[in-house]
Amino acid sequence: MVTQVTNFGRNGVSNWLIQRFTSVVMLAYFLCVACFFVCNDNISYELFNAYFSSTPMTIFSTAALLAIIAHAWIGLWAVSTDYLTTRMMGNKGTVLRLLFQTAYSSVLFIYLVWGLKILWG
Amino acid sequence: MTAWIRITITCRQLNERPAIGHQISHKSKAVKDNRPVNLDLTTIRLPVTALTSILHRVSGVAVFVGLALIIYLFDQASASEDSFIAIKECIEGSFLTRIALWTVVSALLFHIVMGVKHLIADLGFGETLESGKRASTIALAVAVVVILLAGVWIW
Repeated sequence: MVTQVTNFGRNGVSNWLIQRFTSVVMLAYFLCVACFFVCNDNISYELFNAYFSSTPMTIFSTAALLAIIAHAWIGLWAVSTDYLTTRMMGNKGTVLRLLFQTAYSSVLFIYLVWGLKILWG
Repeated sequence: MTAWIRITITCRQLNERPAIGHQISHKSKAVKDNRPVNLDLTTIRLPVTALTSILHRVSGVAVFVGLALIIYLFDQASASEDSFIAIKECIEGSFLTRIALWTVVSALLFHIVMGVKHLIADLGFGETLESGKRASTIALAVAVVVILLAGVWIW
């Protein structure tokens, strides 16, 4: 049996809601950024910097960064608890799952701090 | 999680193979935890709805890995004018960098298209077997088109 203790939200409904909310935030951000890259040909550093370092865009980028961390945590947790289990992997399942969960949570933490440093540093 | 519920429902409705067990049982505390479960992808026949579901997962993991490249590129592009020009030349001048970028962008686009399908399904569209199959087929077609367009745009 896999317990919920390593998950992001406290229960499935809260995870579902976080997953949907973050996906809408990221979708909006993606469309804004994609528009910027597609609409502007041969982007210069000045234009790139003016667009991304404006305060509204920095806040939007931070929101998207936080959203992707939560979204990825919930998604990878679902993958790990479906495949890296004693049922699928035998006795090593629990160890593999905890190692995988440690790995992705560490990577997500690095993404978070790295991203914040770029955006606000 | 909802994706796997859908697969279970789809497989059962199609009656393509006898139900070996409940895939979702271990997620719920309210049911017995010792029910048989089948998540073995090599023995599950994949209708289009299940194919898009598992590819949605695979693309999600790929985006997680590819995010390192995205953040690195953003870091280099915003650090200084010199590093911006250097990274631009790196993308424009190297075939490998373009392939890497296209791979990550493709995974992201695929995941977004499938995610939008999920959001639409949450609004109550594409929930029956027939409309679900149609939604999956349309989403696959849309994903292929936007991935090809992204390839054209990158090159």
